[in-house]
Amino acid sequence: MAEARRRVIVTGEGPILVYGPVDVEMPDGTRVHSDRVVTALCACGRSRHRPFCDTSHRRRVRDDEGKEHGP
Amino acid sequence: MTRTMSEAPTLPAPRGPVSEAVLSVLRGDRPALPAVDGSAPYGEDLQLALYCCYELHYRGFREVDPDREWDPAVLRIRAELEGLFLSALRDDVPAGADVGSELDALLVEHVDAFGVSHHLRRHGQLWQLREYVAHRSLYHLKEADPQTFVIPRLNGPPKAALVTVQHDEYGAGAPERAHSKLFADMMTELGLCTDYGAYLDSAPAEILAEVNLMSLCGLHRGLRGALIGQFATIELTSSPGSDRLVKAMRRLGCSPAALRFYAEHVEADAVHEQLVRRGVIAPLLSAEPELAPDVVFGIRASMFLAARSDDLLLRHWNRGESSFRDGVDGRKP
Repeated sequence: MAEARRRVIVTGEGPILVYGPVDVEMPDGTRVHSDRVVTALCACGRSRHRPFCDTSHRRRVRDDEGKEHGP
Repeated sequence: MTRTMSEAPTLPAPRGPVSEAVLSVLRGDRPALPAVDGSAPYGEDLQLALYCCYELHYRGFREVDPDREWDPAVLRIRAELEGLFLSALRDDVPAGADVGSELDALLVEHVDAFGVSHHLRRHGQLWQLREYVAHRSLYHLKEADPQTFVIPRLNGPPKAALVTVQHDEYGAGAPERAHSKLFADMMTELGLCTDYGAYLDSAPAEILAEVNLMSLCGLHRGLRGALIGQFATIELTSSPGSDRLVKAMRRLGCSPAALRFYAEHVEADAVHEQLVRRGVIAPLLSAEPELAPDVVFGIRASMFLAARSDDLLLRHWNRGESSFRDGVDGRKP
């Protein structure tokens, strides 16, 4: 039934949002749980809290030079 | 039988004629009310008076009859104080209606920005961290409560998304995971008093004004757009700020239990940011586009007041002085 399918939002700008508790299996076989109603999974690869988003995908600027920096 | 909540705080000390009169009204006296219109809108006297009026809608005070919450004498003086505060903010904050660019600006990390969390991360001292946490306890021991007032003023998708965020704030069914509880646990680890309202007398007007803005916008349906702007500002800026505070606490040798509050906010607010932008603001503005200027006002007023608090704390700390009002020194446990 379509209604029973889990809702997943690919934000495009940053994380992938998964509705409902999730059990994430990491490359080394360890499992990480999230009981949040919505979980934000890192999709940019920059998070230091992987597999979860920590907003590290955000644009960073240095105001004194007015130019952008990678994280 | 008393109807006052057992953990209700005692009334604070007055800070001038207006707060003196408000405290007297709260105790049940009928003093001659002083003229309010000459009070400094961001000053100690007005902000404390307003804070005490609002506190009746949360936990109240031990000496104050719960019926004072809807006493016309209190509501009348509160309305005058709100009028002064709100018109000062409307004057000091540039108007705008482009919510999209306002949110985009909040999502940019300024590498060389410098505020309290940057200071604490790089070279803050433990007594400064303790003062910061004590000041923030005015909000965090009732975290999410001011924004909960807006729930019945919303409808449909924005209401559902906002409640999803609030559910998480309140621990998602587990009271020990409520953010206010995590904050209290951190206070205990830092040797601070977790009694609700314990640091009201210590908190300068700048700190009170930030909480007063939330209560003002939460309690007025006409300001629900501003409340949503204020809410978005917290949820969008908290994740990187919390990350800096986790680093500050690690550098200062705080226990893992002390770090939990800010560590939780790094991940939780990365989710809340998405829910607020996609779930609350987008459908709200599509249903009620006329709220856009107030959403922008809520964002800018929050940022304006937050900057005033940051300036105040850094000014004191740069001189090696405590930022506590009553001279209680945060350097001593």
